[in-house]
Amino acid sequence: MDVAGPDMPRAPAAPGCPGDDNIIVIRGLAYSRGQTAIFDGLDLDIRRGSVTAIMGPSGTGKTTLLRLVTGQELPQRGSILFDGAEVTRLRRRQLFQMRKRVGMLFQNGALLTDIDVYENVAFPLREHTRLPERLIRHIVLTKLHAVGLRGAWQMMPSELSGGMARRVALARAIVMDPEIIYYDEPFVGLDPISKGVILRLIRRLNDALGLTSVVVTHDVDEVSTIADCTHLLAEGKVAASGTPAQLRNHPSETVTQFMTGMADGPVPFHYPAPDYVEQLLGGVRPTGGLMR
Amino acid sequence: MSRENSRGLRRIALEIVHSLRSFFGTFGAGQIFFLRILVNIPYALARPRLIIKQVYVTGVQSLVVIMLAGFFVGMVLALQSFLTLSRFGAEDSIGMVAALGLVRELGPVVTALLFAGRAGTALSSEIGLMRATDQLSGMEMMAVDPIKRVIVPRFLGGVIAMPILAAIFSAMGIFGAWLEGVVILGVDEGAFWSQMQAQVDLRDDVMSGVIKSVFFGIAASLLAVFEGYNSAPTAEGVGRATTRAVVHTSLTVLILNFMLTAWLLGGK
Repeated sequence: MDVAGPDMPRAPAAPGCPGDDNIIVIRGLAYSRGQTAIFDGLDLDIRRGSVTAIMGPSGTGKTTLLRLVTGQELPQRGSILFDGAEVTRLRRRQLFQMRKRVGMLFQNGALLTDIDVYENVAFPLREHTRLPERLIRHIVLTKLHAVGLRGAWQMMPSELSGGMARRVALARAIVMDPEIIYYDEPFVGLDPISKGVILRLIRRLNDALGLTSVVVTHDVDEVSTIADCTHLLAEGKVAASGTPAQLRNHPSETVTQFMTGMADGPVPFHYPAPDYVEQLLGGVRPTGGLMR
Repeated sequence: MSRENSRGLRRIALEIVHSLRSFFGTFGAGQIFFLRILVNIPYALARPRLIIKQVYVTGVQSLVVIMLAGFFVGMVLALQSFLTLSRFGAEDSIGMVAALGLVRELGPVVTALLFAGRAGTALSSEIGLMRATDQLSGMEMMAVDPIKRVIVPRFLGGVIAMPILAAIFSAMGIFGAWLEGVVILGVDEGAFWSQMQAQVDLRDDVMSGVIKSVFFGIAASLLAVFEGYNSAPTAEGVGRATTRAVVHTSLTVLILNFMLTAWLLGGK
């Protein structure tokens, strides 16, 4: 099903990201924070059933995009369709109905710290269903088993390592059998083993459960191994879309700089500053706080 | 008037306008927040375990502080009133003086101030940290309203715990007064208890203390959860919210105490 209707122009052709069955369609998205424009006319499609990576330099609004798509923030302009429903016009109750079909993995896991692993995973089931305790136990243990942490069911979040906390959060994110999961920087601060585990889980869960996965990340190499399609954000728009291999050979300097990790380029190494010599010699005196 | 002076005055006026706007903005937001709490109370009542846990956290865990404070306040009250009343040969009345002071004023007020410092800060910082670590956003993303699940049980826990803590404070205070007056200073025990029994009225005195502590419980719990919920998601933001909760609660309790006292005494 293509949710982009006749009045909805298609996003620019994205080689490597083919598909007419898009679960998310974003058109003309504009969002600013204060005087800073984060997005200005962003168009983007997410194909149903795919693993899609959203990448880009820091501050390009990757996490903000997730917040907008999930209705946690409202754009100034533009349209965001989730399975045909306009997210920006949903009332709170409808938004909550939509979120029951969605899972989200936060950067730090966002586990509830006053309850144990088992109760964290059972939390959405207890809130939204009236399943008998026996069935809840069955589902929770199944999901914990899927992420390899069935044995940690009694542990408190404070006792878990960063990687374990993210896996528990992943078990919680899939406990309601969502249609789509958003991963916000899932690899940040993880050791290589935990990174590899999360990476494989994203792909395996996506294929086994028939999900759609959207992964916001900086990690070019890691995500390249699992993403069907990658969108690179820069200057408030999608700078490039395609498979990771296609992006590596992209003609745009911005894309090449990001994919190869060059320090300087269209994204400058130096934050805008007054003349170096003039500032060093005291011509421009930086204003400072009480700590100086 | 020089140009600099007029510029200074203009800046002060602008700051006053800004502060007033910010005050009324926060006041309005607080009222809406309170309404959201009230609307969601039935949800929390259907999950009594959440409330019982919060009564334990805010009430039971504050017991030692409240009991110690009550005990020493009662002792000081007895000592001070003994010194003054003995000049008139009325030292037998210290039981009545201590009980009236504790039940009507000191019990509810000091308990509320201690509550702000002990349980209020714990509530604000806990909720603020939940905000900073995305736990509240996580709930929203699981289609669970944090007001229902986090805020209302904590608010009700505080409202239930406060009158009980105030009663325990007063009881410990009377015990302290008895120890100081009867055991240490040698006031007649029979006179101590009989004067108290004769002069402290259940409806006028005890109920007035209970009414006050219920109002203080609502104010202290509301301010604590409001500040925590609206704190900036940073370490500094949580610290500021906690400080604001204590300062605002303390001032509100003292102002409210005057208003309630005037109202409760107004009928006489």
